[in-house]
Amino acid sequence: MSIIAEFTIQYEQYLNPEGKLSTPLPSFFKEHPEALKKLYELMVLLRVFDTKAINLQRTGKMGTYASTLGQEAVSVGIGYAMKDNDVLVPYYRDYGAFLQRGVTLTQILQYWGGDERGSDFQGHREDFPICVPIATQFLHAAGIATAFRYRKEPRAVVVTGGDGSTSQGDFYEALNVAGEWQLPVVFVINNNQWAISVSRKEQTHCKTLAQKAIAAEMPGIQVDGNDVIAVCQVVHEALHRAREGNGPTLIEAINYRLCDHTTADDASRYVPKEELTLAWEQEPIKRFRHYLETQSLWNEKEEQSLQTRCQEEVTKAIEEYATIPPQPITAMFDFMYETPPKSLKLQRAIAEQFKE
Amino acid sequence: MAEITLVEAVTQALAYEMKKDHSVVLMGEDIGINGGVFRATDGLYKEFGKDRVIDSPLAESMIAGLAIGMAAQGLKPVVEFQFMGFIYPAIDQFINHAARLRNRTRGRLTCPLVARAPFGGGIRAPEHHSESTEALFAHIPGLKVVIPSSPARAYGLLLAAIRDPDPVVFLEPKRIYRLVKQEVPDNGVALPLEKSFLLREGSDVTLISWGASMHETLQAAEVLSTQNIHADVIDVASIKPLDIDTILTSVEKTGRVVIVHEAAKTGGVGAEISALITEHAFLSLLAPIERVTGYDTVMPYFKLEKNYLPSVSRILHAVKKTMEFL
Repeated sequence: MSIIAEFTIQYEQYLNPEGKLSTPLPSFFKEHPEALKKLYELMVLLRVFDTKAINLQRTGKMGTYASTLGQEAVSVGIGYAMKDNDVLVPYYRDYGAFLQRGVTLTQILQYWGGDERGSDFQGHREDFPICVPIATQFLHAAGIATAFRYRKEPRAVVVTGGDGSTSQGDFYEALNVAGEWQLPVVFVINNNQWAISVSRKEQTHCKTLAQKAIAAEMPGIQVDGNDVIAVCQVVHEALHRAREGNGPTLIEAINYRLCDHTTADDASRYVPKEELTLAWEQEPIKRFRHYLETQSLWNEKEEQSLQTRCQEEVTKAIEEYATIPPQPITAMFDFMYETPPKSLKLQRAIAEQFKE
Repeated sequence: MAEITLVEAVTQALAYEMKKDHSVVLMGEDIGINGGVFRATDGLYKEFGKDRVIDSPLAESMIAGLAIGMAAQGLKPVVEFQFMGFIYPAIDQFINHAARLRNRTRGRLTCPLVARAPFGGGIRAPEHHSESTEALFAHIPGLKVVIPSSPARAYGLLLAAIRDPDPVVFLEPKRIYRLVKQEVPDNGVALPLEKSFLLREGSDVTLISWGASMHETLQAAEVLSTQNIHADVIDVASIKPLDIDTILTSVEKTGRVVIVHEAAKTGGVGAEISALITEHAFLSLLAPIERVTGYDTVMPYFKLEKNYLPSVSRILHAVKKTMEFL
């Protein structure tokens, strides 16, 4: 027997858990230290927002909410790496990218507050809404990329999903077709170690999720998902390859879900305490702040000022959210079809007659 | 003008719209150089090239999911599912995404795709190749379901489906793909969706059907006319949304109704039509509504399939029952 093919999976990290560089900084960030501060500020804003959003749910002012605690580096890094004319096909932990693509904090609250208008993104109109069914979104991304290829547009798509989503058929189908057609798609797996209560190791016997790229003949890269610099850089490079016609990439961003799956979950039932304690030592914001401080890019005064600004911004968004009047009840009918059929118009009239 | 079959009318409509509208793109399994297993895309690969007649990997959920992404980008994907029995992996994509993308985004993103699939039995095919599960799709808010039953209606309705701004499931009755030929002018004139077709006029009984069963229904009407029973025969064509007005107008005239469909009886579209007639024309009815349908069994393998499909004699029996009711 002889070996006919061999494959490798690369791992990328710039910033280690101690907040020190394990790899020299990418040249872009060397030349643009203000970009690092921007990334940090977004992560902090996201965490402040997250805490308040959970409180809104707990006090009955919002519905079920999916937290991003501990995963801020993934979505913030993705959002920063994307160009305006790229398209984002998100799942439900991507607010860090949303904030950079014109989706307001108010709209995120509106979505989880049970109002479809939260998905009528005002910034990037081609971005998909949050995908709740697991893994279906990977195929939409491949379809959008097929349209780009058909129109010969140098654009790319980023699609995200959790570690559990890599067990779904749609995930494999999307990887396969993206590889076969060399589509401009970047698949990012937010491996936060948990699909509700099922751990990453119970999900698959694979050593890495990144290696699932191999069967589709595309690069599979594992990245420290607690390192925003690494996420940003790897996604940036993958997007560049995609736009240049050099095909798709699968990126696995390793981090840890420091929150419940959603506000409807209680992770203390299944997350081992010692694992969680360890994960808190590796979380993305602490290490990044430490790094910025050692580089004299950040200090306590700036931190205080940022915290105040974030609190104000989130409070303002919550106030705005609270004052949005509900849609008319007829809104449930008005977006089913461009032209509603007669039978639906009749039902609409009945609903209006019995409105509560 | 040459006469063409129903499947040739499908090809003609696809070619017409592809010439006119560069955003129309075909995708499916074996639809390229092979022209589809039923030859519905015969010659289109040669005429329009591989970028517009795309042979896809063999994965049905993938076909639907890709089409959704393409449609949201403003393309008009017309995707082929090789047989209706193989469309089920794509149902998640249809229900959770295609049918509700417009609604979820308050009209920001839309999904103008067409999903074509040959359906129905009677061609001595292997198992899983003879399904009639149109009711599954008709039940889904946000989808439209269209079934032609003649070459002319296949042409006009497919054009309408492609031009429609929302997702349309277009089911092609493969048993009659080549059963009849007629002249179909290639003039690009679409037929309206949400409209039923009165194929034959009479005042004694209303026969309602769609798809391949139209053939037996029309034969039954012919036999009835020799017995001095004159039937209105309606091809529903648009399963969702239903054109109930055409049906009610007929029922108010005849007072007697027989609904014929190949799909299983329970939860079939016939049940919906029957309920609507009862809601809106109860006092016009002179007899209970009869349904002649496939049985609530798995579609039998082909040795028994003729016993499953609604036959002329079963239709005549149902008409007799309704005519003799007081």
